[in-house]
Amino acid sequence: MTYVSTTTANNGVNTEALIGARGAFAETPVAAQFTFKSTCDWIEGTYNRNTINGYFGLGQEHERKRTFSIESDHPEVFAAADRAPTPTEIVLSALASCLTGGVAAVAQHRGIQLHSVRATVEGDIDVQGILGMDPEIRNGFSAVRVSFEIDADASDEDIRALVAQSQKRSALFDILTNPTNVAVTVS
Amino acid sequence: MKSISTIIIGAGQAGLAMSYCLQQRGVPHVVLERGKVANSWASERWDSLRLLTPNWQSRLPGCAYSGSNPDGFMDMAGVVRFLGGYAAAIAAPVEEQTTVTSVSRLGDGYRVMTDKGIWACRNLVLASGACNRAHVPACAAALPEHITQLSPLDYRNPSQLRAGGVLIVGASATGVQLASEIRAAGHPVTLAAGQHIRMPRHYRGRDIQWWMDRSRLLATTTGEIDDLARARAVPSLQLVGDRDAQFLDLNALQRAGVEVVGRLADIRDGEALFSGGLANASTLSDLKMNRALAAFDIWADQAGTDGLAPPERFPATEVPASPTLRLDLARRQISTVIWATGFRPDFSWLHLPVFDRKGRLGHSDGRVAPGLYVLGLPFLRTRKSSLIDGVGADAAALADHLVQSTGRQAA
Repeated sequence: MTYVSTTTANNGVNTEALIGARGAFAETPVAAQFTFKSTCDWIEGTYNRNTINGYFGLGQEHERKRTFSIESDHPEVFAAADRAPTPTEIVLSALASCLTGGVAAVAQHRGIQLHSVRATVEGDIDVQGILGMDPEIRNGFSAVRVSFEIDADASDEDIRALVAQSQKRSALFDILTNPTNVAVTVS
Repeated sequence: MKSISTIIIGAGQAGLAMSYCLQQRGVPHVVLERGKVANSWASERWDSLRLLTPNWQSRLPGCAYSGSNPDGFMDMAGVVRFLGGYAAAIAAPVEEQTTVTSVSRLGDGYRVMTDKGIWACRNLVLASGACNRAHVPACAAALPEHITQLSPLDYRNPSQLRAGGVLIVGASATGVQLASEIRAAGHPVTLAAGQHIRMPRHYRGRDIQWWMDRSRLLATTTGEIDDLARARAVPSLQLVGDRDAQFLDLNALQRAGVEVVGRLADIRDGEALFSGGLANASTLSDLKMNRALAAFDIWADQAGTDGLAPPERFPATEVPASPTLRLDLARRQISTVIWATGFRPDFSWLHLPVFDRKGRLGHSDGRVAPGLYVLGLPFLRTRKSSLIDGVGADAAALADHLVQSTGRQAA
């Protein structure tokens, strides 16, 4: 199916540039190989700080305009000082960010003007897993729920299609729904 | 070395249609066939398979279905009879039991080596089929040895299966048909469903193929498509050639007792791991179906088609709230895994620089290289290129091109 834009939507997404990138990567697929990085330093207890700057892509290393920082800690109920969100909350927020950005991009591509988008994410964890109390219980989420509230110039069906397409093309949705080989080494 | 203007490799619907078109244009040619006419239909399909298209849609150049059951669906013996009758009617110059072992460049043309001798030709038409090989994902290698792995090319019927559970990977036409009959034979069946397309057999009192044909959806050309690579990879519809099977979708299969899980992500430590994205895959499938039905409704309104039942929408696909993510193959006594994960053509004998970085044959509307043509691949020139009903127009267009190019070369 093709979507024909009858009005000019402006969601602040440069879809022309993204479509141009698809063309360029089809010509030189090696340029599409990206490596993202974060460096985490322990501060104290469960409190630590990630710094994020360089990434590799388009065949070379890149620096960001500035260095970003994400801190993590645990709440007091886990005997921590509650100075920052937990890693699990950061994962949930990453999923929400990825899907929300995807909704905006797909809406732009389909000529749908957005007015407001809010994603609420919940993840269930039985902490008996992390505490090693029951081998039947996994450490990670037993379920993740995302609920979107979207105000846009589009039918209910078209809004549902936006959200479905956003999931289909989301890195974080894939990361959370499929296994990934993770190699951890000590240098 | 024998020499001839044009060689066609394969005597299925594509090769025979091309033979007819070349005869009409007075081009000397031969059709090389590794087995007998319609070989793949006769020997590489499961017993219960019927065409997904009704008999009236079995149209080839100079030939239309003339039997008494235009709305029925041919079984494989019927397809073999139909194509055998066509080959005889058009007196196609088929050399049966002749396997092509290698094709290479020879001057302005091609050298075709076979197990019955060597040919030289100016033009070569690849009509050897789109489904020669079953595609199997790399993680198949991690399956324990005691589990039998079958592709749809090996599968015949449930009686060949050992007792135990069956994991079927892939939920397009092949996967849903095999899941249905293997479940009906009493096996516990798990079906791993990634991206798939749900469709009713009938809509508003007409077969779905009638809608796709009359609305000219099937006539869509490559030039009308933004993303051709994606269009060429669209999976087959969840259909079976049976008028009484309105849906063979995830709802129907679950009612029959099939367990539906997400796309197979990996096999690790004796466990099959499935994606947690099943709900979105089924949502996308419902959205696609409803968009197609809405487009048919708009077409019917504009065309002023009489005698149709009113528009209709179907209940959404229901999948488990928490589908299985990890399947312990031993504990669940899985004895067989069937890879219904798509087919690929086999051009391993084609020793020419005509493949892209993913090993796919490069072509533009069936034109591969000077004097080299291909037929019968998905969305080759139109959306129906891989159907019996679509290959005729492709053969005619490529035959015209072949005649014009050969004329230019000779002049």
